[in-house]
Amino acid sequence: MKNDALYVELGRRYRFAASHRLHTSQLTEAENDRVFGKCNNPYGHGHNYVLEVSLSGKVDPATGMIANLGDLDAFVERHVLEEFDHHSLNEDVAAFREKVPTTENLCIEIYRRLQKFPHAKLERVRIQETGNNSFEYAGNREGHHS
Amino acid sequence: MVFLTRKIEFSASHLYHNPNLSAEENRRIFGKCNNPHGHGHNYTLEVTVAGEPDPVTGMVLDLKELKEILEREVMQRMDHRHLNYEVPELAGQIPTCENIAQVIWRLLEPKITQGKLHRVRLYESPYLFADCYRNGASGAGN
Repeated sequence: MKNDALYVELGRRYRFAASHRLHTSQLTEAENDRVFGKCNNPYGHGHNYVLEVSLSGKVDPATGMIANLGDLDAFVERHVLEEFDHHSLNEDVAAFREKVPTTENLCIEIYRRLQKFPHAKLERVRIQETGNNSFEYAGNREGHHS
Repeated sequence: MVFLTRKIEFSASHLYHNPNLSAEENRRIFGKCNNPHGHGHNYTLEVTVAGEPDPVTGMVLDLKELKEILEREVMQRMDHRHLNYEVPELAGQIPTCENIAQVIWRLLEPKITQGKLHRVRLYESPYLFADCYRNGASGAGN
């Protein structure tokens, strides 16, 4: 590759629907209600989440790809979607037994899982909780892009 | 520094096939995208230019000019074309988002004389896109 090589990232989006309740045993009922408002409703509520995964790496001249989409889709399906889609984040995902399943924490948990993808470098995950809220996590470093 | 983004859409067909690989390997690696007669997408291109607004015009660059550059360099080359056969810049390459975004970067960069090309983002669908930068994504943020 010539030394005027460009930097390329691949972005892939996935959808999943899940329910959650924002509640922590570290606060009183009244404080939970004050901090989390409607999101503290005891029976929970749900969102259609959009997960955006960004990868960097060398574009393989034989395939034109940073990572084969089949490999990426299978990895995300196995490590995230199977467990999260149409589930309760609080009840069905061990990481959220103790931690509040805010979308900030969801970003961090999904980043942790996808970091193990073997075929390219995970740059960041971005999650849209609704069309009006989105969150990004790029590991423990500054600087992000969307 | 201000970042300005212009979006355009174009439609084109393509297929993924590497003649150095066997038919079976092509099928395994590229799946449906290896269908010999090709298929198409509605591509969305977002071009971001970074710069300081001109004190007189208040503009990083004239959007009209950017629109004309995109029309000339991208639309006329790629819209309603077959990317494998009709775009010489892609000859010998698999026309993935990653490769098309780099070709578009190289076409646009020398034409943008006010401000600096910061990012080319090319969507093949709402669920798949590639971002291209000169100096990495962690430069000046947007």
